[in-house]
Amino acid sequence: MELVEAIILSVLAASTPLLIAATGELVTERSGVLNLGVEGMMIMGAACGFGAAWLSGSIIVGAICGMIAGTLMSLIFALMTLGLAVNQVATGLALTILGIGLSGLIGAGFVGERIAPAPHLYIPGLTGIPLVGRIVFGEDAFVYLSLALVVAVWWFLYRTRAGLILRACGDNHVSAHALGYPVLRIRLYAVMFGGACAGLAGAYLPLAYTPFFIPGMTAGRGWIALALTVFASWLPGRLVIGAYLFGAVTILQLHAQALGLGVPSQFMSSLPYLATVIVLVLLSRTRSGGSTAPAALGTVFVPDR
Amino acid sequence: MQLVLEKRAERSNTIALISPLIAIGMTIVTMSILFAILGKNPIAALGVYFIDPLTDSYSLQEIAVKATPLVMIAVGLSLCYLANAWNIGAEGQFLIGAVAGSWIAVKTQGTDAGAWVLPAMLLMGAIAGALYAMIPAICKVKFGASEILTSLMLVYVADLFLDYLVRGPWRDPHGFNFPTTAEFDPVATVPVLIEGGRLHLGAIIALLVVAAATVLLGRTIKGFEIRVVGAAPRAARFGGFNANQLILLTFAISGALAGLAGIIEVAGPVGHLQPGISPGYGFTAIIVAFLGRLNPIGILIAGLFLALTFIGGEQAQIAMKIPLDVTKVFQGILLFYVLACDSLILYRFRLISSTRQVA
Amino acid sequence: MSDSTPSSPHSGETPLLQTIGLTKRYGSFLANDAIDIDIRPKEIHALLGENGAGKSTLVKTIYGLIQPSEGEMLWEGQKMVLSGPSEARARGIGMVFQHFSLFDNLTVAENVALGLDGKESFKDMSARLEQVSHVYGLPLDPRREVWQLSVGERQRIEIVRALMQNPKFLILDEPTAVLTPQEADQLFIVLERLKEEGRAILYISHKLEEVKRLCDTATILRGGKKVATCNPKAETAASLARMMVGTEIKEVKAAAARKITVPRLVVNELSLEPDDPHGVRLQNISLELRGGEILGIAGVAGNGQDEFFAALSGERRAKDPGTIVIEGIAAGHLSITQRRKLGAAFVPEERLGHGTAPRMKLSENALLTGHAASGMVKHGFVDTAATLSTVDRATETFDVRKAKRDPEAASLSGGNLQKFVVGREILRNPAVLVVSQPTWGVDAGAAAVIRQALLDLAAGGAAVLVTSQDLDELAEITDRIAVMFHGHLSEALPTAEASREKLGLLMGGSSLDQKEATHAART
Repeated sequence: MELVEAIILSVLAASTPLLIAATGELVTERSGVLNLGVEGMMIMGAACGFGAAWLSGSIIVGAICGMIAGTLMSLIFALMTLGLAVNQVATGLALTILGIGLSGLIGAGFVGERIAPAPHLYIPGLTGIPLVGRIVFGEDAFVYLSLALVVAVWWFLYRTRAGLILRACGDNHVSAHALGYPVLRIRLYAVMFGGACAGLAGAYLPLAYTPFFIPGMTAGRGWIALALTVFASWLPGRLVIGAYLFGAVTILQLHAQALGLGVPSQFMSSLPYLATVIVLVLLSRTRSGGSTAPAALGTVFVPDR
Repeated sequence: MQLVLEKRAERSNTIALISPLIAIGMTIVTMSILFAILGKNPIAALGVYFIDPLTDSYSLQEIAVKATPLVMIAVGLSLCYLANAWNIGAEGQFLIGAVAGSWIAVKTQGTDAGAWVLPAMLLMGAIAGALYAMIPAICKVKFGASEILTSLMLVYVADLFLDYLVRGPWRDPHGFNFPTTAEFDPVATVPVLIEGGRLHLGAIIALLVVAAATVLLGRTIKGFEIRVVGAAPRAARFGGFNANQLILLTFAISGALAGLAGIIEVAGPVGHLQPGISPGYGFTAIIVAFLGRLNPIGILIAGLFLALTFIGGEQAQIAMKIPLDVTKVFQGILLFYVLACDSLILYRFRLISSTRQVA
Repeated sequence: MSDSTPSSPHSGETPLLQTIGLTKRYGSFLANDAIDIDIRPKEIHALLGENGAGKSTLVKTIYGLIQPSEGEMLWEGQKMVLSGPSEARARGIGMVFQHFSLFDNLTVAENVALGLDGKESFKDMSARLEQVSHVYGLPLDPRREVWQLSVGERQRIEIVRALMQNPKFLILDEPTAVLTPQEADQLFIVLERLKEEGRAILYISHKLEEVKRLCDTATILRGGKKVATCNPKAETAASLARMMVGTEIKEVKAAAARKITVPRLVVNELSLEPDDPHGVRLQNISLELRGGEILGIAGVAGNGQDEFFAALSGERRAKDPGTIVIEGIAAGHLSITQRRKLGAAFVPEERLGHGTAPRMKLSENALLTGHAASGMVKHGFVDTAATLSTVDRATETFDVRKAKRDPEAASLSGGNLQKFVVGREILRNPAVLVVSQPTWGVDAGAAAVIRQALLDLAAGGAAVLVTSQDLDELAEITDRIAVMFHGHLSEALPTAEASREKLGLLMGGSSLDQKEATHAART
């Protein structure tokens, strides 16, 4: 029982950064923009978030700085792809390379330092319940935040006019522009939101997941978050399922090593990546009607005046 | 007053020529600011990065040695990108090629094998790289899966596979437990061109690759097909060109070139297989491809330029204690400026007096 | 040019909308040149002109999408400056565009909501939408997703969306371009009703018979200027056309009795599933086309013409080789390149992006279709001299105007690019030419050149298949006409016997035989 509880807790922890980053990217992509720079924004969030937390002694300051770092990175992306109509794929890649390099520079000063990790919730009486207590009532703020974020994004997209307009931009930017909506501005906000989420997700890693920073600690999670939006068919509800599934695969490989299954550790470590490939293959076959990618995703839009 | 972007009637050839220069200029300015922030003298740092490596024969050879894999991989990538197929997994194809070619070296270690070994290794590397690249290509063509994500995921898989091999079955028993194979036999090593130097046969191969690609893209119908399929997919279909076939072809060529670069690197400058044989060549090659404007000659120049910055970066670390990450930052910034300036080839800015409110 | 006063019964009433000297300049190009126009309530006012005359620019200015360079607008007697469409709508100006601004993957209600200002709740709006749509005879289900709807139903969304804002003034841009004659009649009933309610309607069209039937007043634009205002009911179609087009257009000469030879293109019971969910299924299409003949295919857009073109060209292949026979050889399974080798040539509807690669040079675009069988490729290498020579020959033979010898395709005007696209195929001396919308979006001069080229090609013995939404064009150049409806192709009628009414019935899905009409309605 203890083991099951521990596994579920670790799955939640592993899934949380994926969920936060993927939610942000989902909003970005629903507006019609493909931002491949998630990995770069996440690692910048990790480096800046950790540095800020270490310098200030506050996790909250760290989280906010992580979000700001991600947002600033996304602004560069927005300037290039929305302002200069540059190819989104190339720009996203450049952003990732820049992010990895910059985060290495910034984080170099903090390698080896440790901080007190984000505190976990404790409600007397509730948190103590066997099996479910710690899972439901004993998580750190990031986990609760990630779930609240998904709900908020779902409500925004499907229950507000602003969300409808955003979805319209991702479906057909020519029509949206003809109706008078500021497509580029809406996409800018969506990209910035995606950047903030990626930065927050990255900050989670050194602030809560492990209480220290290593260069490159995102280890491809940003890319998995991108795969998650495809897996989720751009629907927030399915995103939660996908994130927890991937988190489970990540944890599985750790425990399988401990169980001494005799399989090389590198094979187990490669499971999340192989799983991503398989999931992408299974889910990318074209569907008829709804639940397909936002029709305008990745296309350049230069409005005529 | 508002600044808006609008499409040009026709590409601007002047901008096409000068934009790389502007991009490089702006990068140098940005880097100077970065150096200043790091507390290093910008002029001195720029000198160590760009000028010093050009001053002695050893560095010049090193530049060529470093440029060889970059140029080979980037030429392959440019074919993919021209066809709008985004191969991001060149790093993985590089590693798999290195592994496959090394297999022959390791198996024939110590035996008195003949001169067939090296050509066989190179061939294996290319074939393995091509096959590994076909995985994301087939996933895209048959299943519609994003080749960006699949090819990238396979990089991590290849890296882990290599790690497993050199720590396990292929580890040099006399290697003091270091994760590496034994040194390759001379017959399994890429020959050097200049006695006592580092410049090796790979450089010649890279030049041949550039020449072949120039002819392919500029003069052949296949090259035309590749360009059209990326530029106007529906027109390509109307022309009778098969996009799926071209995706498979460009990925195969790209994988082969990356794999070939991989085994050449292992069997040449390095001499044995170990983790980390690639300081991110597969990713830097992406920058080289864009910097070279997806044009083989441009890629040759861009590859040499970026190799220069690698060497410069290493020297700057020793001479001025500038972290190696700065080189990555430089490359990312350079790519941004190149992309930004290139956008002006197709678009221009205009000031308009009327404003348009939200409807 | 006469400027007769409008003879509607309301002269003397203040116009609802008045433009005075309205001008729009793009660089040195004058899209609108000092246009004065008056719109009165309870009138259906036509705006006539050919492609490029400035109609779209004018109405976009009235709707607030474009700012005028000079001149002013008066609304109900007061000066009006619009910052955007929402302000236009607030004043009571509504617009239904020719190209719909719809979102395929959103519902009808969501689409309407996006066109409104969001002041009422979504639920209320949804209910009102359903009600308004039924009141005007344009029923809509708010919950359906747009990709499932037909073109006529999509237009309903646009119209209902505009009506829901209770406009005093409604602008319609080429509304019947995508409707069958019967659907157009239904629309006219709606418009008459709106006119009775006291609204003003501006009706943009180039269909003269329609305008004569429906409209009280007509303003005619040519080359950005207003050249006349008149009462269309008092004019003939010919006089209206003359005002629209000005200079005499070269009469298209049909060669005297073309010699009809062997079947060069035969289609046998072609059936094909669409490859995307919004597509149309082709059902048992058969036709026989002989050398020297021009066969026209009429039909409202979206009835399978695109799918048929793809099946004929080889962009989509049939399972049974015998369904398409070119020059006597079974070709249903062959690729487009193989069909070109057999002597077929194709001109698709969309010249930029389908017929040509927009950012590539004309010589490269000549290679695009020429590589198959025109001696441009030797042992895998491209002969650039051969491609350039094709460009030169097309330029000379078809009068293609361009800025330099080998420019990018996108830099040519519509008419000139179309002349090149048609020309490069005709220069290959094809046995069969399949062409789709040959003069769509093309100026009158270029259109005449193209139609003449098609006639000359047929006179030389080729078999020509022309798909067109322009019934006038088909009447002018074809020998027989068939109609495409919901993936079915009707029997081909001799052009001389194909009256507008018969064609209209076929385009709307009815059969000419009364007994079959009910049967068709049930399938």
